[in-house]
Amino acid sequence: MATTPAAEPRSPEPKTNHIGLTVIDYKGGKTTLCAGCGHNAISERIIEAMYDMGVQPERVAKLSGIGCSSKSPAYFMNRSHSFNSVHGRMPSVATGAMLANRNLIALGVSGDGDTASIGIGQFVHLMRRNLPLIYIIEDNGVYGLTKGQFSATADLGSKLKSGVINDLPPIDTCGLAIELGATFVGRSFSGDKRQLSTMLKAAIAHHGTVMLDVVSPCVTFNDHEGSTKSYKYVKDHEETLQEMSFVPHFEEIDVEYDPGTTVSVTMHDGSHLQLRKLEEDYNPTDRIAAMKRLSEAHDKGEVLTGVFYVNTKAPSFLDMLNMVDEPLATLPESVTRPGREALEAAMEELR
Amino acid sequence: MATTDVARQNTGGQLERKRIVNDMSIQVATVNGSGSQSSNTVLLRAIFQMGVPISGKNLFPSNIAGLPTWYTIRANKDGYIGRKKEIDFLVAMNAETAQDDVMSLAAGASVLYDEPLGLDKLRNDLIFYSVPYDKIVATVCPEAKLRKLVKNMVYVGVVAQLLEIEMGEVEKAIRKQFAKKVKAATLNLAAAQAGFDYAKASLQKRGVFYIERMNKTAGKIIIDGNSAAALGCMFAGCTVVTWYPITPSSSLVETMIDYMKEHRIGPDGKATFAIVQAEDELAAIGMVIGAGWAGARSMTATAGPGISLMSEFAGLAYYAEIPGVIWDIQRVGPSTGLPTRTSQGDILATAFLSHGDTKHIMLIPSSAAECFSMASEAFNLAEQFQTLVFVMSDLDLGMNNWMSDPFEYPTTPIKRGKVLGKEELTKLGGFARYRDLDGDGVGYRTLPGTEHPAAAYFTRGSGHNDKSNYSERPDDYENNMERLNRKFESARSFVPRPEIQKGSNAKIGIIAYGTSHWGIIESRDQLRGEYAIETDYLRLRAYPFTREVHEFIEQHERIYVVEQNRDAQMLSLLKLDLKPELIARLRSIAHLDGLPLDARSVTDELSTIEGK
Repeated sequence: MATTPAAEPRSPEPKTNHIGLTVIDYKGGKTTLCAGCGHNAISERIIEAMYDMGVQPERVAKLSGIGCSSKSPAYFMNRSHSFNSVHGRMPSVATGAMLANRNLIALGVSGDGDTASIGIGQFVHLMRRNLPLIYIIEDNGVYGLTKGQFSATADLGSKLKSGVINDLPPIDTCGLAIELGATFVGRSFSGDKRQLSTMLKAAIAHHGTVMLDVVSPCVTFNDHEGSTKSYKYVKDHEETLQEMSFVPHFEEIDVEYDPGTTVSVTMHDGSHLQLRKLEEDYNPTDRIAAMKRLSEAHDKGEVLTGVFYVNTKAPSFLDMLNMVDEPLATLPESVTRPGREALEAAMEELR
Repeated sequence: MATTDVARQNTGGQLERKRIVNDMSIQVATVNGSGSQSSNTVLLRAIFQMGVPISGKNLFPSNIAGLPTWYTIRANKDGYIGRKKEIDFLVAMNAETAQDDVMSLAAGASVLYDEPLGLDKLRNDLIFYSVPYDKIVATVCPEAKLRKLVKNMVYVGVVAQLLEIEMGEVEKAIRKQFAKKVKAATLNLAAAQAGFDYAKASLQKRGVFYIERMNKTAGKIIIDGNSAAALGCMFAGCTVVTWYPITPSSSLVETMIDYMKEHRIGPDGKATFAIVQAEDELAAIGMVIGAGWAGARSMTATAGPGISLMSEFAGLAYYAEIPGVIWDIQRVGPSTGLPTRTSQGDILATAFLSHGDTKHIMLIPSSAAECFSMASEAFNLAEQFQTLVFVMSDLDLGMNNWMSDPFEYPTTPIKRGKVLGKEELTKLGGFARYRDLDGDGVGYRTLPGTEHPAAAYFTRGSGHNDKSNYSERPDDYENNMERLNRKFESARSFVPRPEIQKGSNAKIGIIAYGTSHWGIIESRDQLRGEYAIETDYLRLRAYPFTREVHEFIEQHERIYVVEQNRDAQMLSLLKLDLKPELIARLRSIAHLDGLPLDARSVTDELSTIEGK
């Protein structure tokens, strides 16, 4: 595991995180996805990150749309409620759930078809609301459950197994998310354990919309020569913006960093995301620069990964709604049904 | 003076002697966007304040400004407040439609018109009054740019004088209308008074219609159904509203926003609700479902096109068993149909909305008071049965002005249904989400965020066993579907029961619902009085149908199902429910011109079919 609490347990008791749970408490059902599917690796990273961050599983709501990616919430965190909803429309379901209970930690899992094709409408509106939610796209460029048709994130010139060439440009979900108002946007690779795990932990610490596009090769339909979403292609073309490390709020920062080479972002919960620049002058709080760099990556054929944009200052959608602190879902009748005098006053106005 | 009183000759002298009191419809033809709504409301209220039962219906175009609009006030001493087919008194303010408006009147009607229109030359069997509005308004409103706005208030004064509506009540109504705008109230009062004075000095009353003070509105309120629904939802403890604007439902949520801000924000300034305008109806219903899943009392309001967009999610909610309330303020057809006209055209589509074997509970209000009370019932049923509940209102009910008894404070507590919390889970050790422990088809659910390791379950469509584990087994699917059916059957005993009115030994039954009610109660009296046809009447208030509906059909030889759609949609639903031998008793009376159902149309058709 990338980051674990400093103290090593000495007893035969299983290792626990800072809220006293074992990693077993974060496990899900047995996966039914193909062996080697990138999505399974992402599920593993989610389990790790949630365990490491000491997130109470019961506080998490897992939400998904339809597709292989959207099946995956069944394969991690059985102690969290989960909702496998409608194709492309998980954002609205997630929004409703967060309105009902603002204390939930919402984790949305979608795919490239579920997000960039059928779901693009709800995706863009979710991004502009900055709803507190971690939105993960398990991005393989094809529809898996319907056996390998192109999705809207497939790169120009990418080839299907059948030989069909994609002749339409891809939608860059990260660029869109940044433009529309998401406040934590990054791209990772299902095969990059350390980077993905770190990003997920930072995502948990963030209060606002986190959009992570995770390239996750489809071993059955899109892992061949000519595909731009294969393990080999990604490994050969990956460009990493930063080397990142994460110090959760319940741990001391024990490594000094050089402010000239490293950007340290203080997250909402007091955790720190440290980004050691691999590209000089890249500033992850500069939206315009992020969009420019993403555009360059397209032109160069790079699979650019890293944290592209972070904004810890913007108010979240829930903040703007000015709701009471306790969940709306469980407010008692004494609070949700105004008294007789309120009805009488309304009637009097209408007489 | 331009008044041409030839009606006296043409109608055989009847008009001269007759005095028709508190029984008329007054139609004001204007251009939308001209501010006539205030004048119409003042006129409506003044009559109402004199104790005369009224209704006010706005027939408006799908347009913001510049197209014709008609507002019709019906005053009726017997309390018939449905639409009356004939117009008795026309206030013609719109040059564009004035000719057609005048030509469509029945002989003997009165016409009040703007002098330059010269309408009195069109017919010689009507009573004409001409008013030089521009001259009158110039004397009371020195500011030229305001004249257009107060011009309409002049006709209120003229009508008041001609019909003997008390100016004291007009003044009271104006002061209420412009409660917070003293200057506007003063200006409008002056305009109404100028109209009154002009009529008194220059017009000679020839018509037969009069308003007289009576005592049938004491304590009553005037409200539109959407506002009533908004109030009802607030008192039902609704916490999440997600919506997308669509006529004629928008005012429901907009009014609710006002009421919620007034009554549901605590002393700390924090709201006990969230109202979110979604990007479309798909998102609106998705949010309702997400919120209902997580335990909120969630709702949306929409109209037919929105209902069709919500179809897929409605199916998911049915199978995944998630509560939510959807108000359908029904209107005519597609967005480029007649979106500002009323209809009961969504009944069949909503009953089975979505894919596969789905069926939904529908509540059908007829009045503003029912919009209020059914809101609480809808939320309680949705949570009791863990399903969507559709409240089928319509444009006539939702957007028009209705007289109503004041609403009664809800007596039924807010019922949250079978929800297991931390303590229950500790006691039970666990639960099976879709197991039918009580025989009513309804399982127990938990809410996300419940602090117990056994609280979580996986929500998906119908591909699960009773422990909510993934399953594609044929028996699991079948058992689940049968249980869903049991749940729907259980709902029959809990939905609002029909309202039944008996005649004396009637062999004929009438079944109607929603706003058709107002035409039916008047038509039954017409049928009895004019044709000696006795009828019994059952007003449906919900789907699925309750036992009383079957009994009513069994008790009558012929049943007329009256509805405001082409295809006899409710009749079709009844057919699915009835024993085959009873189906032949059903006959359809369909009304589909986009206007609220009027009694005369029903009387004419029913009496004709009955061979009278």
